[in-house]
Amino acid sequence: MSEHDAGRGVPALRAEHLGRRYGKVWGLRDCTLEVPAGTVAALVGPNGAGKTTLLEMIIGLLEPTEGQVSVFGETSHADTAETLARVGYVAQDHPLYRDFTIADTFHLGRSMNPRWDQGLAEARMDTLGIPLKKKVKSLSGGQQAQVSLTMALAKRAPLLVLDEPVSSLDPIARLEFMRDVMATAADSTLSFLISSHVVSELERFCDWLIVLAHGHVQLSGPVDDLLGAHRLLTVPRATPDAELPGTVIERTDSDRHSSVLVRADDAEAAVRGRAGWQADTVSFEPLVMGYLQRGSHQSNPVPAERPGPSTKAVTS
Amino acid sequence: MFRFLLDGSSGVPPYLQLVHQVRQALLLGYLQEGDRLPTVKDVAADLVINPNTVVKAYRQLEHEGLAGGRPGQGTFITATATPVAPEAQESLRASLEAWLRAAAEAGMSDDAVTALIAAARHDMRKERV
Repeated sequence: MSEHDAGRGVPALRAEHLGRRYGKVWGLRDCTLEVPAGTVAALVGPNGAGKTTLLEMIIGLLEPTEGQVSVFGETSHADTAETLARVGYVAQDHPLYRDFTIADTFHLGRSMNPRWDQGLAEARMDTLGIPLKKKVKSLSGGQQAQVSLTMALAKRAPLLVLDEPVSSLDPIARLEFMRDVMATAADSTLSFLISSHVVSELERFCDWLIVLAHGHVQLSGPVDDLLGAHRLLTVPRATPDAELPGTVIERTDSDRHSSVLVRADDAEAAVRGRAGWQADTVSFEPLVMGYLQRGSHQSNPVPAERPGPSTKAVTS
Repeated sequence: MFRFLLDGSSGVPPYLQLVHQVRQALLLGYLQEGDRLPTVKDVAADLVINPNTVVKAYRQLEHEGLAGGRPGQGTFITATATPVAPEAQESLRASLEAWLRAAAEAGMSDDAVTALIAAARHDMRKERV
């Protein structure tokens, strides 16, 4: 467990006003966030939200247009050996050379990574029952994902970035892959950043949540704190946002009542004794969906009071 | 060895589900003082959940005085739950029935009663944490 203790206190990930422009269009803008070491962070957002842009700047495949991103205090730069070695990366489609054997694949990994841990790589294959002489193309999708994860782990990088790691796998292979990731997280002080579309599955994997939409960070923080800071209000329909406690994130108006997701500390006090008013705790998926839908209908007024520096209103 | 379960659709945060299961097992007598809880890694792999969630649940149990960590050995149950005495249970039941009759007379439906209890319990739990 002591491998990365030296890094304690320094965040695993820090982005400051990070942005990337493609021609005239910003793929990501003004992204400021910090993820502490030792967390498993989930990165959620619809297609085109800027997830891949953010991940590629973290791992050093893409240079920021403005701002910067650092991993354990070291600024990431595109196409430098230092940055590439500092982050383990498991890409969505697990790109491996299909005609290589596992042994060839590891040989390639060793030649490209100064801290390559051959013992770890071989021990993992042994545990998983995958012979080193097997060719990549003869492996199942789940096994290819395991080889990709092993390549990333054997780099001995303190941060692992997994981009939609299980989207191509069947349910059992997904479960086994994530079981492996969770056991690895328990055994180490590694930090993880996992991007996913499957919101319902994420709660059990992550303790930190980052929601991206429209190229901006909508939410970033410890999952339990975020859940505790939000309430789902039921109020009479005509109630204007200004009379509701806290910041309105998303509201659904029915004929007679409205359901409103708010970020508020005092929601219980605000509803007490008012007929037709109720405050309920919100669970993970509705919270995430509330933030994802927030930007989708622009008729939603942008709240004057913003919960924190990491939740920028949509400006583009 | 005690094994945890996780209900992904309950809406209850995973760490609280683990805490509740230990409390309940203590009350039912399935966990007793001196029992060792599974390691963080075993629970993480078994349930396929974030190990930090397990750490948080164990910390909460320690905070409540129900469990304690022994360095290098694991987390152990340190409390024995005293089952509710039959007389106390009888008296609580009687007062609850009286309350439920009053609620029905006031026109509260079963759902409204359940919602009110959940709200009151939620507020109490918040005061306790």
